[in-house]
Amino acid sequence: MDLSAINPVLLIASLMVAATPLLLAAIGEVVVEKAGVLNLGVEGMMITGAICGFAIAVETGSPVVGFVAAAIGGALLSVLFAILTQFALANQVASGLALTLFGLGLSALLGQSYVGIKPPETGDAFGALGDIPVIGPILFGHDLMLYVGILIVAATWAVLTFTRVGLILRAVGENHDAAHALGYKVKRIRVLAILFGGGCAGLGGAYISLIRVPQWTEGMTAGIGWIALALVVFASWKPWRVLIGAYLFGGVTVLQLNLQAAGVAVPVEYLAMSPYLITILVLVILSADKSNAPASLGRTFHASS
Amino acid sequence: MTPLLSIRGLTKAYPGVVANDTVSFDIGTGEVHALLGENGAGKSTLVKMIYGLVKPDSGEMLLRGAPYAPAEPRAARADGIAMVFQHFSLFDALNVAENIALGMEDPPPMRDLTRRIREVSETYGLPLDPSRTVGDLSAGERQRVEIIRCLLQDPKLLIMDEPTSVLTPQEVEILFQTLRKLSSEGTAILYISHKLEEIRALCDNATILRLGKNVGSCIPRDTTARDMAEMMVGTALQTPERSGRALGEVALDIKGLSAASPSAFGTSLKDVSLSVRKGEIVGIGGVAGNGQDELLAALSGEILSAPGAVSLHGRPVGGLGPSQRRKLGLLTGPEERLGHAAAPDMSLTENAMLTGALREGLVSNGFLKWGAARDFAQRIIQAFDVRTPGPENAARSLSGGNLQKFVIGREVLQRPEVLVVNQPTWGVDAAAAAAIRQALLDLAAGGTALVVISQDLDELMEIADNFAALNEGRLTAPRPTAGLTIDEIGLMMGGAHGMEVAHV
Repeated sequence: MDLSAINPVLLIASLMVAATPLLLAAIGEVVVEKAGVLNLGVEGMMITGAICGFAIAVETGSPVVGFVAAAIGGALLSVLFAILTQFALANQVASGLALTLFGLGLSALLGQSYVGIKPPETGDAFGALGDIPVIGPILFGHDLMLYVGILIVAATWAVLTFTRVGLILRAVGENHDAAHALGYKVKRIRVLAILFGGGCAGLGGAYISLIRVPQWTEGMTAGIGWIALALVVFASWKPWRVLIGAYLFGGVTVLQLNLQAAGVAVPVEYLAMSPYLITILVLVILSADKSNAPASLGRTFHASS
Repeated sequence: MTPLLSIRGLTKAYPGVVANDTVSFDIGTGEVHALLGENGAGKSTLVKMIYGLVKPDSGEMLLRGAPYAPAEPRAARADGIAMVFQHFSLFDALNVAENIALGMEDPPPMRDLTRRIREVSETYGLPLDPSRTVGDLSAGERQRVEIIRCLLQDPKLLIMDEPTSVLTPQEVEILFQTLRKLSSEGTAILYISHKLEEIRALCDNATILRLGKNVGSCIPRDTTARDMAEMMVGTALQTPERSGRALGEVALDIKGLSAASPSAFGTSLKDVSLSVRKGEIVGIGGVAGNGQDELLAALSGEILSAPGAVSLHGRPVGGLGPSQRRKLGLLTGPEERLGHAAAPDMSLTENAMLTGALREGLVSNGFLKWGAARDFAQRIIQAFDVRTPGPENAARSLSGGNLQKFVIGREVLQRPEVLVVNQPTWGVDAAAAAAIRQALLDLAAGGTALVVISQDLDELMEIADNFAALNEGRLTAPRPTAGLTIDEIGLMMGGAHGMEVAHV
C-alpha cells in the first residue's frame, strides 16, 4: 500500500469532474421540486441526454453542439412526463419511474451504432492558466461545462432567492391552490420547471459520455440520477448545499478509486459501494428535518374551483 | 348616482347543479354589503365571478356603469377589486412580505415593500412584522396579511369571504373597526357570512341567496336574525331541545395530558386536564389551530400518551391504540370528513365497517361480514336521514352535510360510552346541523359522556353543559355554559392575542 501515490491536487481536480454530472442533474431537480413536482425520471433523462449529446457531438464534431443537443434531448423526454402529470394528471411517482425505464431503453436503441467510438475532445476552458502550480489544475484546468455547471447553481440560487420569478415558483410548490387563487398559471410554471430539470439532467448525462468517461456504453449513468434525487433531499432543496453534496459524493468516488489504485487492504467491492453508502448515510442523518420540503411536492394540481 | 358595481342576471351552472341563477344586485361606493346564504347557496361562486376566477355562463357586470368582465384575478385587481379568501391563500413557508408581494401586480423592491407594509399596518391598526414566517402566525394575524395585501393595492371593492370564522370575538371587533374605517374612506365591502349577528352589526344592506337564486334583500339593522335565517333556509327553523338530565360518575378523565403535535406547524398539547361525567356534554371552543386536532388525536388513540393521562371509567387507556379504545367504548369523530373520518373513494358500507367492525361485530375470524355491514350502513342512512341512493355509493359522492350526518351517525349508533367529536356541524346546512346537535343531545340523555370540540360558539352554548377553551395547546378550566357571556368566552379563548385595536 502506498498512499503517497495519491496527489491531493489531482484528487481535488478530478473530484470536481466526477461531481459535475451529479451536480447538473440535482440542480435541475431542485428547481422541479421547488415547483412542487417530483420527477423520479432523472436517470432516464440523463441517459437520454448522454446518448443525444454523444451522437450529435460525433456527427458534427463539436462537443458544444453535442451539449446543446443533450439539453434538448433531456428536455424533450421530460415533455412526456409533463404531459402525463400536468395534463393527464397521472401519478408523479409512477410516471417518473416509467420515464426512467423508457429513457434507458430509448438510449440503448439510439446508441447501438455508437458503441466503441471516441467522441471529439473537449478542450480546457482557460488553456495555459491550468499550468499554474497547485491552483492551476484545481481552478483553471477544466473544461467549459464544469464552470457552466457551477454558474447554473449560482444562477438558480440567485433566481430562487432574489427574483419575482423565483418567488412565484416557490409559491407554486408551496401551495398550488393558493397560487391558482391569486391568478398564477400553476401548470405553465410547472411545465417550464420540468423542462429546465430535463435540460439539466441531459447536460449531466452528456458530461459523462463526452468528458468523464468519454465513450458510449449502455446504462453508463449507473445510478447517478438516483443519487441526484437523494442529493436534492439531503441538500434540503438549497442550491449551494447541492454543490457541497455533489462534491462530497464526487470526492468519495475519486478517493476510493485512488485507494484501490494504491492497493488498500479493503475488498474492492466495499470501496466501490462507499460513495453510495456514505451519501445515503449523510442523507438519512440530514433529512431528519423535513420542514424545508415544498408543501405541495408530488401533489397533483387540478383547478377544480 | 351609478352604483360602484352592478350585477345583472349572473348565471353559472356546473354539471348537475346551477350554482348561480340570474342573480342581480348593486353595491354602492363605501357601502358594506352582505351576501347571506347557507353552504352551497352559491355565495362563493358569485364572488369568484366578480374576482375573475370563474367565468359566468350568462349575465353581465357593470363597474361604475362600464361593462366589466375580468378574464383573470389580475384584471380584477387592476380594476380595484381585492379579495380576502375564506381559506387563506397564504404560503406557510414564505414570510409576510413575500406573501404580500405574490398578491400584488407590480410589487416594489422588498425594502420599499417592507416599509409600506409597516405604514399601512399602522394606519389601520393591524400590527404585523413583515419578516415573520407565515406558518408561525395565528389565524387572526394571517388574516391581517391578506387584508394588508389587499389594502396595499388601494381597492375600491374589498370582498371578504367568511372572514370571522377563525377569529375570537375580540379579534372580530378589531376587524370590524378596520372595515368601518375603510368604508368611511369610500371603499365598498362585499361581506360574505352566515353569522347573522355580525351582519346586523356591520352591514348596510344584505342580499340573500338560496340554492343559487337571489331570494330577497333586507336592511340587516332593521331585520331580526331569525327572519334572516328563515329567508336563508326557506323554512322555519327547529331549535334542538335539551332535556334535563342527571350527571353520573366520571366517564372520561384526562390528567396532565401533554403531547407533541405530529405536524410541523401544529400545536402541542400542554398539561390538559378535564373530566367528563356520564350524560354530560363538555364544549371545547377556541380558534382553529390551537390544539383541537391534537386533542382529538390524543383521545382517539392516534397520538399515544402516558397511560394514566387518559382514563376511561378509571381504567388507564393513554397507551392504547384507536381499536382498543373503540372496543372499550371511547369513540371519536374527527373534523376532516373526507380523508380522516371517511375514506373518500370507498363505499358507505366499507366506511361503516372501518370504524364499526369491532363494536358491531362486522368481522369474524378476519373475514368481513358484508351483509351485516350493509345493514349497519343502511341503519345509519335511515336513522340520520342521509340523502343517498344507497350504501354502495362512494363517500365522496355525498354532499358535505350528508356525509357529516353519516360519519356522526356511524359513531352514535355504536352506543359509545364516551364520544369525542371535532367540528360536528362544520360546513353543514342549518337543518342538518340541527339534526346532528339533536342526536348528540339525545346521546347525552342516554348517559353517554360527550366532548364536543367546535369553533361555532353558538353551537357550544346551545348544547354544552360546561365550556372550556383551547388556547395554544392549553385547556382552560371548564365553566358552566349557563350565564357565560361572550366577553368571558373571548377571554378564555385567549382574548385578542395581543392584537391592538384600530386607531380610528
